[in-house]
Amino acid sequence: MNLVEISGLSVSFGAAPALRGIDIAVKPGEALGMVGESGCGKSVTWLAALGLLPGKARVSGSVTLNGEEILHAEQRKLDRLRGGRVAMIFQDPSSSLNPVHRIGRQVSEALTLHRGLTGNAARAEAKRLFELVGIPDAQRRLDAYPHELSGGQNQRVMIAMALAGRPELLIADEPTTALDVTIQAQILDLLNELRREMGMALVLISHDLGVISETCERVAVMYAGRIVEEAPVQSLFAAPAHPYTRGLMAALPPIDGPRQKLNAIPGSVPEPGNLPPGCAFAPRCGLARAACSAGVPSDVMLGAGHRAACVVAQDAMVPA
Amino acid sequence: MVRFLAWRSLRAFLTIFLVVTFAFLVLRLSGDPAQIIMGADAPPEAVEAFRSAWGLDRSVWEQYLGYVGSIFTGDLGRSMRDGRPAAALVAERIPATLALTIPALMLKLGLGIPAGIYAALHRNSVIDRLVMLVAVAGFTIPSFVLGLLLVLVFAVQLGWLPSGGQESWRHAILPVVTLGIGGAAVLARFTRSAMLEVLGQPYIRTASAKGVPWRRVVSGHAAPNAAIPTVTIIGFMLGSLIAGAVVVESVFSWPGVGRLMVVAVANRDLAVVQCVLLLVSFTMVVANFLVDLAYGLIDPRLRTGAQGGH
Repeated sequence: MNLVEISGLSVSFGAAPALRGIDIAVKPGEALGMVGESGCGKSVTWLAALGLLPGKARVSGSVTLNGEEILHAEQRKLDRLRGGRVAMIFQDPSSSLNPVHRIGRQVSEALTLHRGLTGNAARAEAKRLFELVGIPDAQRRLDAYPHELSGGQNQRVMIAMALAGRPELLIADEPTTALDVTIQAQILDLLNELRREMGMALVLISHDLGVISETCERVAVMYAGRIVEEAPVQSLFAAPAHPYTRGLMAALPPIDGPRQKLNAIPGSVPEPGNLPPGCAFAPRCGLARAACSAGVPSDVMLGAGHRAACVVAQDAMVPA
Repeated sequence: MVRFLAWRSLRAFLTIFLVVTFAFLVLRLSGDPAQIIMGADAPPEAVEAFRSAWGLDRSVWEQYLGYVGSIFTGDLGRSMRDGRPAAALVAERIPATLALTIPALMLKLGLGIPAGIYAALHRNSVIDRLVMLVAVAGFTIPSFVLGLLLVLVFAVQLGWLPSGGQESWRHAILPVVTLGIGGAAVLARFTRSAMLEVLGQPYIRTASAKGVPWRRVVSGHAAPNAAIPTVTIIGFMLGSLIAGAVVVESVFSWPGVGRLMVVAVANRDLAVVQCVLLLVSFTMVVANFLVDLAYGLIDPRLRTGAQGGH
């Protein structure tokens, strides 16, 4: 059974749709990558699933955790599962930690909420978690404030805090974007290691296909509030089907070979309130044809676990 | 910390010194107390005798040095009207003023902060708009207008409360409310915007994401951060505990420090005015110092800065 199943998830802020029907599932223990440009809805998907969007957001669809509906669940139920069964870490660790509380206390708070630990027991466990995520001098660091730590160290604190409730799923929303490149690799390695050790599932949200390919088993590519392609990492890199996915890959700099100009995707992401009819990528797509604007393309199965929402990909299927 | 305290004390001392000097010079240069106290038709010999008795015939510099010297011996001069020590005159008025300003401060805090927090948490709701409407009205209406308005309604029309004087606690109600409403309005607006700012910060989302119930998010995570800008305003209010009721004391004939100062200024009773100003600047300086200490207690980022000697 899937750990999390999202179906038909739609979100709009006022008149502007942010998500237009997301279907995605996460199996226990697996690592799923969500990739796309900023504003495509990859973060909103998971914020909406956990009920973390501001009140003005209109959310519809269904999100189940172990078969139990959690979308629009009552607050107390959400408070128990947030940080407990599902934890989340964010892009900018330094502003994601409360500046006026000591970091040990911020981790202990999660331990109290989800595991009933208080006082010295909570402090000891917080220290163990700090050691687990590789914070040096853990005992002393418990009493530090976020501004006394580097961004990388703060992200480790965030991860320790996320692990406090022994989650079945960790959602990492651009966890390395704000960090130095060398620290990025350390944090990704840490996430991989912890996932294997603790058997938890991981959703890695990133705009960086490279980061995702190193960490995840499956990838969902998002564009303008929709998933346009989903595949196991190998098949996505071997045979990207959606022109947008191909564009993302062409924009990756090659490791070897002569220096060359990167292939940027022409044009820019459409405004959420002003989406083109049919496929939202059609105006930027080199392969676009009349059918692309006629209606939103439906998913085509291209192989085991590989789907793409593209008219062109559909045609490519016919001879096969 | 020692360097921080020493530096702050030096600055406080300089501030008070400047206020005292400025008050001294302006008072000497803006009118002759002898003429005012003795009356316009007093014989010239009497005026001259008054001047030499109070040392007004000496040069401004001589008077100034004598005044500053006596401050350090604790002598703040005597009232030219009845010869009593100015410090005693001012001191006996302080309880009356505090009897208005302390309850008014409670009213400001007790009304302004909850109203601001509530408005921020229910942004754009009917109550939020109502709170902001009252807040705008509260700090745009000058206190003498508000005071007279309250007198008109509650003393003249309804006859529920006295319009002035100091005979019982009921006499304090209208002046306290007049003082409190404006401050509560300012505080409500500040608290609201501080809360809104803080509620949009990533660490609030983090707190929710780790399962902290919303009420705890507000009280434990948002409020301590929103307190940082709000403390500045509360500091101003603390500083005006002595001098903040000048207008209201006059409107309600309340015999406090403010009334004393108004009368003393009109009479050019130099020692009394200077004594009041010294007291006011001292309260302001102390309040500022308390605000700085509070910053350090609330915000660890400033604490390290302060200890570094800044």
